[in-house]
Amino acid sequence: MTEERGLISAADRRRPLVRWTMAGGAVAVLALLVFAGLGPILWLAKAAISQPNDIVARPLELWPGSPQWHNIADAWSRLRVGSALINTVWVALGNWAVSVLVATTGGYALSILRPRYAKVVNGALLATLFIPGVISLVPLYLTILDVPIVGGSLINTYWAIWLPAGASAFNVLITGRFFAQLPAELFEAAKIDGVGTFRMFTRLVLPLSGPIIGVVSLLSIIAAWREYLWPKLVLPDRTKQPLSVMLPSIRDNVQINLFMAGLLISVVLPIVIFLLFQRYFIRGAGLTGGIKG
Amino acid sequence: MLAGRTAAQAVSPESRRIRRLPGRLAARLVRWVRRGGLSALIFMIPLLVVFGVFSWWPIARGLVMAFQQTNLVEPAQWVGLDNFRKVLADPLLMVAVRNTAWFALLALIFGYPAPLALAIFVRELRRGRGLFSVLAYLPVVLPPVVAILLWRVFYDASESGLFNTLARAVGLGPFQWLQDPRSAMPSIVLEATWAGAGATMIIYLAALSGVRSDLYEAAEIDGASIWQRIVHVTLPQLRTILLITLLLQIIGTFQVFTEPFLFTGGGPANATTTILMLLYNYAFINGDYGGATALSVLLAIFLGLLSLAYFRLTRGWSTT
Repeated sequence: MTEERGLISAADRRRPLVRWTMAGGAVAVLALLVFAGLGPILWLAKAAISQPNDIVARPLELWPGSPQWHNIADAWSRLRVGSALINTVWVALGNWAVSVLVATTGGYALSILRPRYAKVVNGALLATLFIPGVISLVPLYLTILDVPIVGGSLINTYWAIWLPAGASAFNVLITGRFFAQLPAELFEAAKIDGVGTFRMFTRLVLPLSGPIIGVVSLLSIIAAWREYLWPKLVLPDRTKQPLSVMLPSIRDNVQINLFMAGLLISVVLPIVIFLLFQRYFIRGAGLTGGIKG
Repeated sequence: MLAGRTAAQAVSPESRRIRRLPGRLAARLVRWVRRGGLSALIFMIPLLVVFGVFSWWPIARGLVMAFQQTNLVEPAQWVGLDNFRKVLADPLLMVAVRNTAWFALLALIFGYPAPLALAIFVRELRRGRGLFSVLAYLPVVLPPVVAILLWRVFYDASESGLFNTLARAVGLGPFQWLQDPRSAMPSIVLEATWAGAGATMIIYLAALSGVRSDLYEAAEIDGASIWQRIVHVTLPQLRTILLITLLLQIIGTFQVFTEPFLFTGGGPANATTTILMLLYNYAFINGDYGGATALSVLLAIFLGLLSLAYFRLTRGWSTT
């Protein structure tokens, strides 16, 4: 492998002690990561097709005595996990549409069009970054109960989740920084050719911003699976609740194996999305380390 | 932006200004639209509406409500600092602050060194770095609610519970895990650490790729051992990101809610009641919105100071 040297040099690596420590360490760390990272998911998959008694009495059994494949279908229909999953997907789609719309249009206006008040808006966005969300939990809830200006309540509608999800300063700022790094000559040339603001956005900016739209999309979609308190507050109607709210509410009243099947159904999509888009996840996680485009 | 310009014309006589004003305004408006002011505003609208209604307005309203008493039916009344006095006099507040600080401390002990060590090691691997990252990141991908509900099964206090079976294999237990006031919080933090360590490791891995290799080379020529290189090159090079993750973790742990809420509901004997759970009870159990917002303002001031430090650091970080 030809790559830049790291902490340990090629000379170090020729020493037996270093070589064996690295090899032994790699095996040990891999075993630990498989145990801690993959283990719980595999255990969940096993429990989902077990009989209730096997889960409780023999948790370390590697394979259930008689696999209960119908658990999955039972959880899907009898526990309403299927409809809750559809609700979660619906929340995710709305989150995605609103977040991408706000982040791309807002980022475009703030970083490329730059009207004079952009500085003020930017400052107000930054302020929300370091005013913690906690302070607005209660007033945001009251805002949902009675929306200012237009009036009416958004309780039990998905807009109560979608619209606040779009108000992510992080998304707007990383998108804006990404746009600011696009070559300025491109926009000047387009302007000279008489390309309007709207066509510049749809024909020039959007096609170039695949990577950042990818990150924003993933962050907003995954949030639909992760959020608990907020959807619990604004969606009291059980038929509208996403998985994260519905699962804890049924826990005490259902058979443990069906419940495990329900948990399994609810992790399948996040894991598949993660495995498909690993690179975006890793990039997104790196970004949270600092607002850095 | 229009106001600034009209003010500058105050030199002209009053009567002429009033006569010409509509015409001038119209001309100005046309120029503004021609120069792209209108289209910029149109692009800004989604951001302004969404942030205005669902971020800026609630924040402002929260600051006001902390000084009011309201039950949503009658008009709100100004009560000065009464809400703050009431919240500060609540004996549960000290319990919640202590629990939250305990959570934060445990989270640092369990979760701060391990991802760093892991990242430094994985960075030096010649093969399989991707596999290691994916495995470490898997718990982060699981929705927190699912992970918590799954771990509640692991923490089954009976002798045949999963963790108790594992503990018995090394001659320990059985433990009461979540039912014992002493072990409830460490158990919750263990799960939270498991769920978050992968993300921290990825942040460190990204930072490690920025450590200059010539520094390692110089240290090696000077005869520094691998361990000395970690202490004198790697860690100093990472110090900003180490401080950032420290701050992020503290800010995060002070807003912890889902884990104690779903693991223990704050029990046993309030051993896991956190500040945010107290806030939840104020607002959504007792309907005391004034008290809840006063508490959130107090928490926000504390976290705001921490975030300010975070923001300063990240600004410096992107230039180094």
